[in-house]
Amino acid sequence: MDVGAIFQAAFALVVGLDPGFLGIVFLSLRVTLTAVLIAALIGLPLGAALALARFPGRAAIIVCLNALMGLPPVVAGLAVFLLLSRSGPLGPLGLLFTPTAMIIAQVILVLPIVIALTRQVIEDLWSEYRDHLRSVGLDGLRAIPTLLFDGRFALATALLAGFGRASAEVGAVLIVGGNIAGYTRTMTTAITLETSKGDLPLALGLGLVLLSLTLMINAIAFGASRIGARYAG
Amino acid sequence: MTALPRRSLLAAGLFLGLTGIALAQAPAAPAGERFITVASTTSTQDSGLFNHILPLFKAKTGIEVRVISQGTGQALDTGRRGDADVVFVHARAQELKFVEEGFSTERRPVMYNDFVLIGPKSDPAGVAGSKDIVAALKKIQEKAAPFVSRGDKSGTHAAELNLWKVAGIDIAAQKGSWYREIGQGMGAALNTSGAMGAYVLSDRATWISFKNRGDLVISVEGDQRLFNQYGVMSVNPAKHPHVKVADGKRFADWLTSPEGQKAIADYKIDGQQLFFPNAGQAGA
Repeated sequence: MDVGAIFQAAFALVVGLDPGFLGIVFLSLRVTLTAVLIAALIGLPLGAALALARFPGRAAIIVCLNALMGLPPVVAGLAVFLLLSRSGPLGPLGLLFTPTAMIIAQVILVLPIVIALTRQVIEDLWSEYRDHLRSVGLDGLRAIPTLLFDGRFALATALLAGFGRASAEVGAVLIVGGNIAGYTRTMTTAITLETSKGDLPLALGLGLVLLSLTLMINAIAFGASRIGARYAG
Repeated sequence: MTALPRRSLLAAGLFLGLTGIALAQAPAAPAGERFITVASTTSTQDSGLFNHILPLFKAKTGIEVRVISQGTGQALDTGRRGDADVVFVHARAQELKFVEEGFSTERRPVMYNDFVLIGPKSDPAGVAGSKDIVAALKKIQEKAAPFVSRGDKSGTHAAELNLWKVAGIDIAAQKGSWYREIGQGMGAALNTSGAMGAYVLSDRATWISFKNRGDLVISVEGDQRLFNQYGVMSVNPAKHPHVKVADGKRFADWLTSPEGQKAIADYKIDGQQLFFPNAGQAGA
């Protein structure tokens, strides 16, 4: 295939600023960022608590969470699908084939990554600063805010890993969103659709735009952490 | 170690929370107040028909149509679960079963096109130019020429299985490594056939709009047994009380009205008409 046609398609998408295309980009970002945000609000404190707390079964939970980082998106999608279908337990909510359903599925995918990586980061920090923290009276769960703050740059990487997983996946959002034009069509499901229509230059052009967006978000995160590191030491 | 982390954490939490609220409230798209969900097939979507007719329906009625495009079998199951208000598919026998089971009260014929046998230019089975699909399938099986099957319970898959049966071939028992079930949509099947130099049964609409043909050409067309009828059914509220009966019926009414039928006939790619309206035709 002509490589020029791919760049041409990508260029036309970006320059044309077609409202349909902008809608797709915006929905992708909205779903993914919301999912990462929710996963962060739940996963950061939970991961830190898991790092500090000692209880029976802790090792098993850690192994399970690590394994769940490899949960196939299509399985997560199917589970949410069955849950939200009109014939499923949460059917009356009418959430299937909506952006909310897509966010729920992605939270399930991102959460194990955030919790598992947070636990690792915080556990390392704790073993390094345990004596110091104890000497200023911060022990056990009371040390969590301090540890989260001190691990913020490593934790940002954990969130970026979660963002990468969410923005790249297609299996879950396709099943629970339904790839409805103008409503639940994201970058990745649009790429799937264009591939099946045989419009491979447009599909790869979309892929190029998605990659560029991911690159931009990572660059922003990197820049922010650099600036943050300079001022906050 | 940093002193006073609490305040920073609070600020970070506040920032995250506000971003969350902003994101959650932003609309995904200028979605209309009124909408119905239609489960339909990959052929109607991949061929671009919906992009042509749905804006016309919305302009007339103000009802937004959200289309989930699946294989016919899957689309019918979506209707059975109550996840769609209307089902618009192409497999008459399965549609009649859907009505018989009480999931819809009425099936209405909407339009037809035909299936074509697509194959590589090199024509390894020697079937090109024939109008006899049954003879062609027999030759493909005899010569064990590569054949891609949708394998996804779609309308096209059902039609393909039926044609093997008409040809007197028990495909479940006689298939070899030449018969490749991919379990995907029409476009994906065409992509796969192109890459493998295989034969594949396609609806004509998807074929005409397909852009990655490579070496693929039409091998067999024009056989009466390749007829492909589409029907529409709204989901029975007796089974699923939440379905949007009135708006769903409005859509089915419009599809089968002179106006909707004209919109279907008007959809062309490179001057070729893709679907032929035949609402109200007895026995269709």
